[in-house]
Amino acid sequence: MRLDSSVAHVGGSATTGASALPRRPQQTAALETPSPLSLAPVPDAVSRPDNALMRVETRRLTALFGRTVAVREVSLFFPTNTVTAIIGPSGCGKSTFLRCLNRMHELSDGGWVTGTVLLDGEDIYGGGLDPVAVRSRVGMVFQRPTPFPTMSIYDNVAAGLRRGRHRNRSELDEVVERALRQAALWDEVKDRLHTSAVALSGGQQQRLCIARAVAPRPEVLLLDEPTASLDPAGTQRIEELCHELKRQYTIVIVTHNMQQAARVSDYTAFFYMGDLIEIGQTSQLFTNPAKEQTEAYLTGRFG
Amino acid sequence: MRTRALRRRAKSAMMTGVVAGLALLAVLPLLMIFADLVHKGATSIDWNFFVKSPVPAGESGGGVANAIVGTGIIVALACLAGIPVGVGTGLFLAEYGGGRLGWLVRFVADVMNGTPSIVVGISAWTWLVRPAGHFSAMAGGAALAILMIPMLARTTEEMVRLVPNSLREAALALGYPRWRTSLAIVARTALGGIVTGALVAIARIAGETAPLLFTALGNLNFSTTVTEPMQTLSLQIYVYATGPFEEWHRVAWAAALVLMGMVLVLSLTARWATRSRYASR
Repeated sequence: MRLDSSVAHVGGSATTGASALPRRPQQTAALETPSPLSLAPVPDAVSRPDNALMRVETRRLTALFGRTVAVREVSLFFPTNTVTAIIGPSGCGKSTFLRCLNRMHELSDGGWVTGTVLLDGEDIYGGGLDPVAVRSRVGMVFQRPTPFPTMSIYDNVAAGLRRGRHRNRSELDEVVERALRQAALWDEVKDRLHTSAVALSGGQQQRLCIARAVAPRPEVLLLDEPTASLDPAGTQRIEELCHELKRQYTIVIVTHNMQQAARVSDYTAFFYMGDLIEIGQTSQLFTNPAKEQTEAYLTGRFG
Repeated sequence: MRTRALRRRAKSAMMTGVVAGLALLAVLPLLMIFADLVHKGATSIDWNFFVKSPVPAGESGGGVANAIVGTGIIVALACLAGIPVGVGTGLFLAEYGGGRLGWLVRFVADVMNGTPSIVVGISAWTWLVRPAGHFSAMAGGAALAILMIPMLARTTEEMVRLVPNSLREAALALGYPRWRTSLAIVARTALGGIVTGALVAIARIAGETAPLLFTALGNLNFSTTVTEPMQTLSLQIYVYATGPFEEWHRVAWAAALVLMGMVLVLSLTARWATRSRYASR
């Protein structure tokens, strides 16, 4: 069975004969196509560059709510230390897709998936990995800031750390400071670490959530419309953060804002009605989209 | 145009007045009861009233120390059993109660909430007093706990449900296991409401008389032994108010005032103690 919708063509750089390639990344032969996000003519056989490490990969990932398909057979790569933006009109499945990457989708009512999601080559739905362990390796920040209201700023950042191992105080202090610095919040809160987290402004709360997500040093950071409830100044700070954070993390950001996608991302994926329509380097996708639908969306003809 | 604005403002003022009047009407009975208690009971209250046990009818002096201590012990026994079970049930209903078992537990709790307390008293007598062969404070505590559990389960469930789902998801996305999310984030966030619910439940059971008539029975002497009959303020009020002596009636009024005061002090203290460390609201 093959479905066209599962296949992402980038700029016509089709690699035929990819079906002969072995599946494991380390065994992949060098290809002529340099794009890390090349296509998969046959869903099972995917081509990939040998020079970039694939942090996350989905193969024919389908997400459902009960019997309703929200995301249909999406195959995608997310190379290490890149920012990938997912754009598309409301209800196109982009958030649902994101939530499949850290096994949050199955927590929704009736949520379940088919297909494969590989994290460092390991299938997170394969049964060998505990969902709780997956979520501590793949951090997530939501549309609205969600600081824990009963905790101080410090405790919020440390919330994801205190699991299992007993860290001593100075070690914990260090981790909290590092996380807050990475989230560009340290200077604003260093004098009131032990005061309420909900007293912060919306933008500060969102950066606190980013600090909380990066404190346990995840490998991947999922941002689900992180600036949707922020003002322009707060939005700008978060976007600057994306550039900083991608040096250490692999970032996937869902956004409604096409300008934002253009500003922060290396690659952009366009979703429509649960299908992946197109993925490509951001500059290329925005200036010269391969698909008619993408162009229509980008020029504001729908969505 | 001006007249329309004026009419609107007058209508608004009138409606505000109406709801303010209704609110006043709602608290009026409470104020009247309290005024009445103070009027009729305050004069009988002195130091001895709190530290002395009752004296035989006809003698003057004496107090209700045994009833005050007994109320404390029996309510504490009820809390010891009722709060963990009630709060735990509520947490289960809110976090995991979507299935058939949840429906059943919720239904049973609602039925139990509507069960007359005297029925609970008779049942406790059948289960605890008759097999043991004697009345006891422990049986009284158990009867009150049975009343407390469904109340607490339902209020805890309501409070936990108020916690936004986004907090739950944030904790899960951080790699919290489900049980830890429920306890450390969800229950912790709802704690203020749960404590308030527990206080309401304690206030309700502290004044219960019917379930104690068949279990704790009452005791004219000072007793702290939980396996023996024990006096409570509500039992004392019941016996003294229906008794033939003028002196007893005065003591009953005073005991009612003390009971009311205890409930008031209890809720104020607990409210103060559980106020948020980071006062967010």
